[in-house]
Amino acid sequence: MKWLPILLLLPQLLIIAIFFYWPAAHAVQSSFYLQDPFGFGSTFVGWENYADLFGSAEYRKVAWFTVIFTLLVTFLSLAIALLLAVKADNVLHGAKTYRTLLMWVYAVAPPVAGFIGLIMFDQTFGPLTRLFGQFGWDFVLGVNFNDTAFAMVLVSVWKQVPVNFIFFLSGLQSIPRSVREAALIDNRSGMSRFWDITFPLLAPTGFFLLITNITYALFDTFGVVDTLVKGEPGNNPMTLVYKVYVDGFRGNDLGGSSAQSVILMVLVLALTVFQFRLVERRIHYT
Amino acid sequence: MAQVTLDSIRKVYPNGFEAVQPSSFDIPDGEFVVLVGPSGCGKSTLLRMIAGLEDISEGALSIGDRVVNDVDPADRNIAMVFQNYALYPHMTVAKNMGYGLKNRGTSKVEIERKVAEAAEMLDLTHLLDRRPSQLSGGQRQRVAMGRAIVRNPDLFLFDEPLSNLDAKLRNQMRIEIRALQRRLGVTAIYVTHDQVEAMTMADRIIVLNGGVIEQIGTPTEIYENPASTFVAGFMGAPPMNLLKASVDGAGRAHVEGGLAVEVPAGATGDVLLGIRPEDLELADTGDLQIDVQIIEELGAIRLMHGQIAGQEISVAVPKDQPCSTGAVSLRLKTVPHVFDAATGRRL
Repeated sequence: MKWLPILLLLPQLLIIAIFFYWPAAHAVQSSFYLQDPFGFGSTFVGWENYADLFGSAEYRKVAWFTVIFTLLVTFLSLAIALLLAVKADNVLHGAKTYRTLLMWVYAVAPPVAGFIGLIMFDQTFGPLTRLFGQFGWDFVLGVNFNDTAFAMVLVSVWKQVPVNFIFFLSGLQSIPRSVREAALIDNRSGMSRFWDITFPLLAPTGFFLLITNITYALFDTFGVVDTLVKGEPGNNPMTLVYKVYVDGFRGNDLGGSSAQSVILMVLVLALTVFQFRLVERRIHYT
Repeated sequence: MAQVTLDSIRKVYPNGFEAVQPSSFDIPDGEFVVLVGPSGCGKSTLLRMIAGLEDISEGALSIGDRVVNDVDPADRNIAMVFQNYALYPHMTVAKNMGYGLKNRGTSKVEIERKVAEAAEMLDLTHLLDRRPSQLSGGQRQRVAMGRAIVRNPDLFLFDEPLSNLDAKLRNQMRIEIRALQRRLGVTAIYVTHDQVEAMTMADRIIVLNGGVIEQIGTPTEIYENPASTFVAGFMGAPPMNLLKASVDGAGRAHVEGGLAVEVPAGATGDVLLGIRPEDLELADTGDLQIDVQIIEELGAIRLMHGQIAGQEISVAVPKDQPCSTGAVSLRLKTVPHVFDAATGRRL
């Protein structure tokens, strides 16, 4: 009998071990080696891969861009979704229709979203490029660093707003009606009611979305970045995750690329611990 | 403190459903009025219109000397206690109670003083730093009361505040709420579906049915002189017996199976005779014979359920009198209430 629980857990443990711990361990191991680009052998180099990264101006630039990109995408996705959800929540009729319409966008895969962005920002026939042209903004996707970064943020946010909206809306609708009505009697200002009552009660949803959105901006935007830079990073902005791919599989620097992914792992771990320690303490689950 | 006047207040929902038909009544300053009726009778809608949580379709509502139809709920100077307490889960008890005051620009010192005073009154002082989730049902109820009191409102509104409590606590809170309202002298409107709450707490009762006011009166008036068969059946436990009878040319109503009583002039044809179970007593040579099937033991009284010529009838017998099933002879202690069989109105 002692073995039954372990037996039942085994499939899940195997999956975690094979698809997470094993590759992670491999990444840690190979981050200390210098691989031959043609796969003939590898040399132990200790911390050199890491030293190279921290000494690299390019790596710092990508890291810096990733920070700004993540902050912008997370903040805008959450803020826009919250605004839409609050507005939709006031309209009881047709809320289901909005929800369904918005949910469709969520079903779009990141590379497809990137591809739609590619069309929207196309140099010759892209409607958004033309629109910007009207205002005298000569938008050049894939050539101008800022323009490309702008497109990446826009597409990533567009892709993420629907899922946040759904969560915020259901969060709003789970606030008891009588609590809002009590607030209506206690406070005449709608704005301060929102910040005093609605927002704190929405905090558990918000916290969950904050974590998933940061993860999304850091990792899941890979497809968007890849499509928008058309696989040719050049001078274009890219995120840390994309750089792991570019250095490892395009540049054949497996050691350096592994070191990068180890840094990312540590970063995410630290971030998650930080969020749970500091942010969650201020949240009251009812 | 203020009087409340409803002038032909009506509520029609966008789908055309008329929840409250034009209703008018006055509540004098300091009175405790209970709106009672079965679920869906419009009592909550009426209360929510007074609170400003529902729009008033037609008519004028005044609190004090002011027509408040278009006044924000926050500006009506009312306080409401909700069925599920509606406390702010992320705020402490003290913050919950002070929130309304804070938004009216009351100073911090003043808020603290008022909250402490209300907490003292409700025996909540030791709980001021707790959150609602750490309180019992009765304590939450008292916090909701405290939140209402600190605002020093013109009008208290209660929306079935005791229905989530267990029976023992309900009895206790019933008395506490009534005592508190007396002490503060604030006008109060209390909604409930429980006729016992209505009878015990009200200065005046308003009985609602299907969006219509059936009767307004003191508990005694309502009990002694119900205006309709609905009120007769709804108020009082066990409910009043309603027996079908027909009036003859001499002005006497005959119940099939042998009961004949004088009825007021003007009553003709089919009527319903209303007899409260306690208005019947056992007698050797009585006014009517019934066939008792079941006896319910209620402690202070026993309730005999029987039939007279196919009509259900129940009789309350004091505990010191013997009673048995089978044929029983009964005597009327009072004159029965007479209702029109078609309209249900009192004759």
